[in-house]
Amino acid sequence: MAINKRPKIKSIPYEEFKDNETFERLVAELNAKGTNVIVRKLDELIDWGRSNSLWPLTFATSCCGIEFMAVCAARYDIARFGFEVTRNSPRQADVILVSGTITTKMAPVLRRLYDQMADPKYVVAVGGCAVSGGPFTKSYHVVNGVDNIIPVDVYVPGCPPRPESFLYGMMQLQRKVKVENFFGTTNRKEKDPYRDTMAEKAEEIYNEEEQA
Amino acid sequence: MNDMNMEKKGEAQAAAQPQAAQPKAAPAAAPAAARPAAAAPAQPAKNQIEPECVAPEALLERMETLKNKEGYDFLENLTGFDWEADGLGVVYQLASTADPSRRVNLKTLTTDRENPYLPSVADLWDIANIYEREVYDFFGIRFTGHPDMRRIFMREDWVGYPMRKDDETEKNNPLRMTPEPLSDFTETYTLQSDGTVTKSQRRLFEEDEYVVNIGPQHPSTHGVLHFRVSLEGEKIKKIDPVLGYIHRGVEKISEKMTYPQTLALTDRLDYLGAMQNRHALCMCIEQAMGVEVSDRVKVIRTIMDELQRIDSHILFFSCLCQDLGATTAFLYGFRDREQILDIFEETCGGRLILNYNTIGGVMADIHPNFQKRVKAFIPYMRKNIKEYHDIFTGNVIFQNRAKGVGVLTKEQCISFGCTGGTGRAAGWHNDVRKLRPYAAYDRVQFNEVVRSEGDSFARYMIRLDEILESLNIIEQLIDNIPEGNFQEKMKPIIKVPEGLYYSAVEGSRGEFGVLLESKGDKSPYRLHYRSTGLPLVAVMDTACRDNMIADLITIGGTVDYVVPDIDR
Repeated sequence: MAINKRPKIKSIPYEEFKDNETFERLVAELNAKGTNVIVRKLDELIDWGRSNSLWPLTFATSCCGIEFMAVCAARYDIARFGFEVTRNSPRQADVILVSGTITTKMAPVLRRLYDQMADPKYVVAVGGCAVSGGPFTKSYHVVNGVDNIIPVDVYVPGCPPRPESFLYGMMQLQRKVKVENFFGTTNRKEKDPYRDTMAEKAEEIYNEEEQA
Repeated sequence: MNDMNMEKKGEAQAAAQPQAAQPKAAPAAAPAAARPAAAAPAQPAKNQIEPECVAPEALLERMETLKNKEGYDFLENLTGFDWEADGLGVVYQLASTADPSRRVNLKTLTTDRENPYLPSVADLWDIANIYEREVYDFFGIRFTGHPDMRRIFMREDWVGYPMRKDDETEKNNPLRMTPEPLSDFTETYTLQSDGTVTKSQRRLFEEDEYVVNIGPQHPSTHGVLHFRVSLEGEKIKKIDPVLGYIHRGVEKISEKMTYPQTLALTDRLDYLGAMQNRHALCMCIEQAMGVEVSDRVKVIRTIMDELQRIDSHILFFSCLCQDLGATTAFLYGFRDREQILDIFEETCGGRLILNYNTIGGVMADIHPNFQKRVKAFIPYMRKNIKEYHDIFTGNVIFQNRAKGVGVLTKEQCISFGCTGGTGRAAGWHNDVRKLRPYAAYDRVQFNEVVRSEGDSFARYMIRLDEILESLNIIEQLIDNIPEGNFQEKMKPIIKVPEGLYYSAVEGSRGEFGVLLESKGDKSPYRLHYRSTGLPLVAVMDTACRDNMIADLITIGGTVDYVVPDIDR
């Protein structure tokens, strides 16, 4: 069974999304080996649930954060898409919206926040600063694009992006979530950064105990 | 040469009049033609300052006299400079709160670039503590007698001093992904009588103290701000703010930009005061160049500033309510804020970052709907303020958490330089709109809202009352926008005559100042912003001591800082 190439997103038809080529490439990659019918059916159910309740982390460093608040409020109402449950702890969040400039002092903090999030996790780079450094590209203290630190799923350009582009970016993310495999493949996008060190540590403890 | 430029500009202006001005605007052409004469080179610019140079040895004594005997109790600004061959130095701007017309500017410098030492004035003004740490961080000037000579914005393992003209910042500082080192020790440099400097260390927190980290990722610090809070039970003993998580180096990158380019960065400092920040820089450059903007521009700028102030205060209300758990009030606030954003969007094209003011005017004339919509907004907002009071102000929980909590006295506010609502809540008359009227503020009637309690509740009430005052100002101006140019004709390359200039406006949360040093080039030699938020964060330690840890959120919320403005 193949992954449905055209997942349905409420209110935007497939043709009206921009950059469908990248998306199709992603689907082709996921489809390369084919999928088990039963597993895929389960996956679809999980994807449906996950894509409609992505919980963002309350994370904002500058201007874009204020626009994020506007998106959460009544007029733009992020709750229509199931994103309204903003979490203050990265351990409970599904998606981190990097809204605002990331400076070199903030970079390790952001990395740690990302590491603390449970898989599956997604990153949306919101605004020019998070995408590429924006107006501060030439600064000595600004990271030129958060993709230098963490893997990014969706880029939302703008300075700051309009609430509509926020929502569009989030719908692009929904599309991405809707084609993902969960069973049979690993959920991790990256290698576990602590795996080797943890194994070493366990061995050390084991050896110490043996000696004792 | 300058004179010639101005004359040429005058001709160009006269030539541009017929097409730029609307048919009715014929009278406006007369003042436009007279402008170059007002900017004769013999007359210094309105905002030029000439600091008196004091030798480092004599500085402390002079400062003590100025503060204790002559009444200059407000350290408005303390700015580091790198004058290359002339040395490294500091410019002090002092003002008297009793008589705001009395202002004095001093500077001191040292030619030693390897080990620059200057005397600290941290004993005289509390805010000098933070300002001098900033100068040390940017320029490497060590202040003798300063109790806490640590870096403030950069990581502690940062190499070099980024604002020095000869610093190779990028080369020395690759992106470090290791956790940030945070020292528990502060350093003090003491000048001995024989002229040598000794270094001593002091513990910041004792070993048995219970220290909690709040931030940098915390929903109620309003941005990425890090407090190290020492607790005794639930009481706060001491707060050490760690800044710089959003330090974007705005002042340094401005030095490589042309003047119109530098404007773009001001909106992104305190994004809730975007209009006012940009107004300050435009005004500083205009006054330095001797350009007089039309009355129309002055009035438009005033209205926009006030709309921005309302916008900011509504957001303050919303966020404070949200922090205290009142989600409905948050939604109420944002509902009304959208009305202002709609007005902004029609005229400026942006919602949050507006890019509206330009050197010599504004980007575009007001939208035909502008007056109509603003006039509809005024009664709408007056009605809704009552709703705010109904839903939140009278709430018993809020009253208990705000009244008598986080009290700041007037003296503390002045010593810390806490301008804006925080200072006015403690009874300090510090409104720049009243003290040194700019734009169209001299032709409107409004009250400076001042209270005397100095607690969280007073700070909250000040802002809600200021919304009403701002509405009054807008009401007086909206029907009387004079005809005229919305943009003066400027030369394609803008050069500011040599000198040091300072202009300030009343931002949404205090005095926002621009200190500009020009060497006559197309980009500034040094551009320093007097951040409104830095004193507000500096005062958090004083305001929170002996209060409960839970009230840190209320106090931080009512003091109302915006972090990118602190870090710049």
